[in-house]
Amino acid sequence: MRPFLYSRAMTLEQAMSEAAQSHAAIMAGGTTLVDLMRGDLAGAEHVIDIGHLPGLAKVELDGPVLRFGALARMADVAELPFLKQNYPALVESLQLAASQQIRNAATLGGNLLQRTRCVYFRDGVSDCNKRVPGSGCAALDGEDREMALFGTSDRCVATYPGDWGTALAAFDTSVEISSASGTKTVKFADFHVAYGDDPARESILQPGEIVTAILVQATPAGRHSTYVKVRDRQSYAYAVTSAAVALELDGDRVTAARVSVGGVASKPWRAPAAEAALVGKVLNEAVALDAGKAAFADARPLRHNGFKIDLGARTVARAAMVAKGKH
Amino acid sequence: MSGNDTMGNAAIGPRMRVTLTVNGTDHDIQLDPRTTLLDALREHLGLTGTKVGCNHGTCGACTVHVDGRRQLSCLMLAAAAAGSAITTIEGLAGADGAPHPMQAAFVAHDALQCGYCTPGQIMSAVACVAEGHAGSDDEIREYMSGNLCRCAAYPNIVAAVREVAGSTMAEAA
Repeated sequence: MRPFLYSRAMTLEQAMSEAAQSHAAIMAGGTTLVDLMRGDLAGAEHVIDIGHLPGLAKVELDGPVLRFGALARMADVAELPFLKQNYPALVESLQLAASQQIRNAATLGGNLLQRTRCVYFRDGVSDCNKRVPGSGCAALDGEDREMALFGTSDRCVATYPGDWGTALAAFDTSVEISSASGTKTVKFADFHVAYGDDPARESILQPGEIVTAILVQATPAGRHSTYVKVRDRQSYAYAVTSAAVALELDGDRVTAARVSVGGVASKPWRAPAAEAALVGKVLNEAVALDAGKAAFADARPLRHNGFKIDLGARTVARAAMVAKGKH
Repeated sequence: MSGNDTMGNAAIGPRMRVTLTVNGTDHDIQLDPRTTLLDALREHLGLTGTKVGCNHGTCGACTVHVDGRRQLSCLMLAAAAAGSAITTIEGLAGADGAPHPMQAAFVAHDALQCGYCTPGQIMSAVACVAEGHAGSDDEIREYMSGNLCRCAAYPNIVAAVREVAGSTMAEAA
């Protein structure tokens, strides 16, 4: 780890002011940042610990907009009875992520900003346009089983690893961002950026800006929702494929559908083609699989990750059937 | 194995003073801000019960309790732990020195082989029961999945946790 100064922010204003200085990094739970700094994948001369700021961990679920304070811990939010009952996809995306030790420390805001698990990024030595812009992408000539099918570029094919972010993508979600110049709200779909020429840039967050809340529009589809995660081992692993599905139903007929997929894209990825394939249909296994296939119709497979097209379609299909069974 | 992250770096960062409350005792220490809670426990306080495994959050050997919650001490800066009540495996026994019931259950069920992961397993297991996540063998396996055991003593670990949880669930398999 490179040397840095540590300070603990006592107010949000102090944190925003200090974060605007160059070479500063915001730390909340620390589970991602400490790991990245140890691997020399993130550099900071000043670490600003906002983990103890009061008020930013509040979760408010009783209005037309669910408000998740950015410092709410994953483990705590996963235990909220209202959320379990009315938005199982959100709860399951938290329960199926990481381990309880990490969920106890990691925050909902920090979770959005975790970085790819691409081995060529993490190893610290391979060519990687994320880590060393302009150096190339070792994955393009390497082992690409874990890489993405959507939102990639000829500079980077790494996968966004988050479960919570993937589940949020299925809902009308926005992110509240605070800085010294005020507070703004951006659509979640615009918060992360798909890879273009500069894959090192993964979100629109600027120095001095801090995610202070995540806002989800309340919807009756939350009740019929689920997050299905397929992994190489049963627990404590990143998604090979995953899917969040939320439905509004009239009997067995789908009147509205929300679908997102994970483990397959450069950012949390909504699948409108799958939604269109579900709406108006009487939901059964065949319809669910058609929707799954629609989600991957535009996939761009590499050499070793083409299996994710079929697996991902089946993951969406499973999620649709599970969501239908929730009540 | 050294957990000292400053080794090999030409530049040594500024040191800072931190008060850590570990097993009920306050310790004032001077440390490099890069020092993790894990390294502070082992290298500064001599509490070597907490183990360095992977040192990047994948094995659970470094599990301690922070304000009663299980966390990974390798992913937490020591400075960030100031003001919190830290409990390590050394602080688990009763005031009379009697092993914690989870420690006794690990012995009774032979829930270890080499023992390296055991402090982390036990700290995680105590929290698993306290959280109410030990209701069935499957739930125990899921909520203990952050603790790897290279010797694969998993069936006996689950048995030990189940005993302490007082679960009467039948063996799933």
